[in-house]
Amino acid sequence: MFFSPELGHYALALACIIATAQGIFPFIGLYYRNSLLINLTYRLAYGQCIALSVSFLCLIYAAVTNDFSVENIAMNSAVSKPLLYKITGVWGNHEGSILLWAFILSLCGTVVSLFGRHSLPTSLKARVIAILGLIAAGFELFCLTTSNPFMRIFPAPWDGQGMNPLLQDPGLAFHPPILYAGYVGFAVPFAFAIAALLEGHVDAAWGQWVRPWAITAWCFLTCGIAAGSWWSYYVLGWGGYWFWDPVENASLIPWLTGTALIHSAIVVEKRNTLKIWTILLSIGTFSFSLSGTFLVRSGILNSVHAFANDPARGIFILGLLGIVIGGSLLLFAYRAPLLTETNSTLFEPLSREGMLLLNNILLCSLCAVVLTGTLYPPFMAILTGQTISVGKPFFDATTIPLAIPLFIAMGIGPMLPWKRAHLWPLLNKLWFVIALTAIAALIASHKFYGLLPLVCATIAIWIIIASLSDIAQRVALLRAPFLTSINRACALPRSVIGVAIAHIGVGITVLGISAMSQAQHLIVEMPIGTTKHLAGYDWTLTGIAKKPGPNYMALVATLEVRNNGKLIATLHPARRHFNTQNQTIAHVSIASLPFADLYSVLGKQRTIDHTTTYVLKLHYNPLASWIWGGALIMVIGSAFSFSDRRNNHFRHILHRQHLSPSVIEAL
Amino acid sequence: MTRKIRRLWFVVIFIACFGTAIGLILRAFSSDIVFFVTPSQIVFSPLSYHRVVKLGGMVVAGSVHWKKHTETPTVTFDVTDGLKAITVIYRGILPDLFREGQSVVVIGTTTPQHTFIASEVLAKHDETYMPKEVADALRKSGKWDPRFGPPPSDIR
Repeated sequence: MFFSPELGHYALALACIIATAQGIFPFIGLYYRNSLLINLTYRLAYGQCIALSVSFLCLIYAAVTNDFSVENIAMNSAVSKPLLYKITGVWGNHEGSILLWAFILSLCGTVVSLFGRHSLPTSLKARVIAILGLIAAGFELFCLTTSNPFMRIFPAPWDGQGMNPLLQDPGLAFHPPILYAGYVGFAVPFAFAIAALLEGHVDAAWGQWVRPWAITAWCFLTCGIAAGSWWSYYVLGWGGYWFWDPVENASLIPWLTGTALIHSAIVVEKRNTLKIWTILLSIGTFSFSLSGTFLVRSGILNSVHAFANDPARGIFILGLLGIVIGGSLLLFAYRAPLLTETNSTLFEPLSREGMLLLNNILLCSLCAVVLTGTLYPPFMAILTGQTISVGKPFFDATTIPLAIPLFIAMGIGPMLPWKRAHLWPLLNKLWFVIALTAIAALIASHKFYGLLPLVCATIAIWIIIASLSDIAQRVALLRAPFLTSINRACALPRSVIGVAIAHIGVGITVLGISAMSQAQHLIVEMPIGTTKHLAGYDWTLTGIAKKPGPNYMALVATLEVRNNGKLIATLHPARRHFNTQNQTIAHVSIASLPFADLYSVLGKQRTIDHTTTYVLKLHYNPLASWIWGGALIMVIGSAFSFSDRRNNHFRHILHRQHLSPSVIEAL
Repeated sequence: MTRKIRRLWFVVIFIACFGTAIGLILRAFSSDIVFFVTPSQIVFSPLSYHRVVKLGGMVVAGSVHWKKHTETPTVTFDVTDGLKAITVIYRGILPDLFREGQSVVVIGTTTPQHTFIASEVLAKHDETYMPKEVADALRKSGKWDPRFGPPPSDIR
């Protein structure tokens, strides 16, 4: 009984106190120039992380040992639940997810303390860790006072209420930690931005520290969004992948500003300009992450009534958000004028930085559009009492026209030199790309119905070809001997290759999305042994069987898909009946071919005149898996550019700064 | 290129992007927004037949009927807010959480015969959940049934 809920509760309270100390000591230390207090900060960051891991372990232990005297476990777990979901169910609910949130934040603080030990200037690092500590303290206090996962109930029930069967899926089990790592990861660029505002100083080196953090957080967020979309594709059984639901939009908004941030940080790093804007983006991205997680997940955005249910929780969240977001924006308004731009922000429109600026403007307008579409319904509900919903038609009509110029610029941007480019050499580089894209578009026009999907697919191909041709031109492929090209390719900076890979990933995702608009589906009632025809395939229902699962009873169909008599895939869509919740869930079966997904859902069975028929929903989803494959390639590309050895160069410069005693005196 | 022209470029691009964004939002607001209606609203003040709306209410117990022996399963059911009922026609698989006597939200268009052609039937949540719009509509019509528990403002 070592890992008791009381120990967890105590560890959480301890973490909250340590975090408060972590947030206050550095400022006192910097004020009185006391290096002891500053050095203590790093140890406090480790301590907070250890305390929270103990707390988290206690909650997992309670879930695994079926301790239903803990209210959170009784509400969300059951004896019959498989072990994996007992563990992952810990973060599948509001209380547990906030504990996970705080745990990841403390992990970020620990990593900053560990990795920045020698490279970061003392004062900046101390402030960054202090700000992370203050944010953590706020959320740990929120967890303790209004959503305590360790609350006991009396009398303890014999069995828990169980978990929503839809959430009992391995994909969803690891989706929240990844997504949260993305959300919380943006706390580090935020802390860097606040620290820079406090110091009144930003330089190219600041951009170099922030960018790896922003990229890491962005990679996690991208993975998290892709995993969430994949889950909704293969679990919910509606055949689509993105619902434009407020919860999804809440993750997309920080992703858009985060994408803008990793691009504008390049300009800070390379040209030592656009600094104020990058600081604002850092603040904005984290603010959107915070409001996304807390406003949406707590249900306040979806329903005004969520407030009435638990006023303490709602007011605490709003207060906390107000302090973090309002406070940082106030600080920004007050201190940003101090950060003078060394170079003029006004650069040539046709240059690398000009294109990066265009990227930022377009991403921010996209973000504004998604934000408006998400916030409009709840505001209308409060103001006029009219209930409206804003869905796919709205977002399609508003985001696609803004995304198209963004994608066009994406192909051109990496080809341009810094400072100043000329139109003629650019066109000289581009004519080949344009010609290839036109040919590809002609081929695609046979496969695509409708103008808009064709335009989107063409632009996706444009991104891919432009990125490839940029690399080809850099290594002088076909112009120089092949060996020279290979040598050149090896000598290319990793960031250049990373950018090309990430952009190709975007192209693949966009191509997948365009192709998905051509998806076909059929809803049919089939007796066993019949065949239906969809999208050039013959789908035959060959049998139905009953199979027991760990905590459900399943009805499994066998569906053979043939193309011209040749067996392509055997699908096993099923319906699972969960006794604990008395719920039946359709279990989707998908066969992923390289160019399409064959997707099937089993519906209800019905017996008429002694023949039993089964309702089946059959989908033919062209290039569906490319959507998530592209996201994975984006992440690989970003991670690759992250490993650029030029990122390590600055360590030497910093090392010098770290040794100089003037740092603390300069305060 | 002089400083002035560069600044002009910057301003033009900035205004063009955000102007386009605002224009697109306004255009989409006038055509692509889906309003939530109750069955009595459809009966008392008929809507344009092209307008896609969300209809919410309770499924009348015993009103679910399947059309027999058709290629695609077609189902009809009545949705009520306690004052009036509308017959909904839907071709497709009903969600697993669809139950007679429970709340439902459907998306689709009305027909001149006061029926509703649904393109989507939403029941994404577990059976204890009631969509907020439906709960509001029921409370407004004064037909909140205490058998379903306390009014939803008290349920989380």
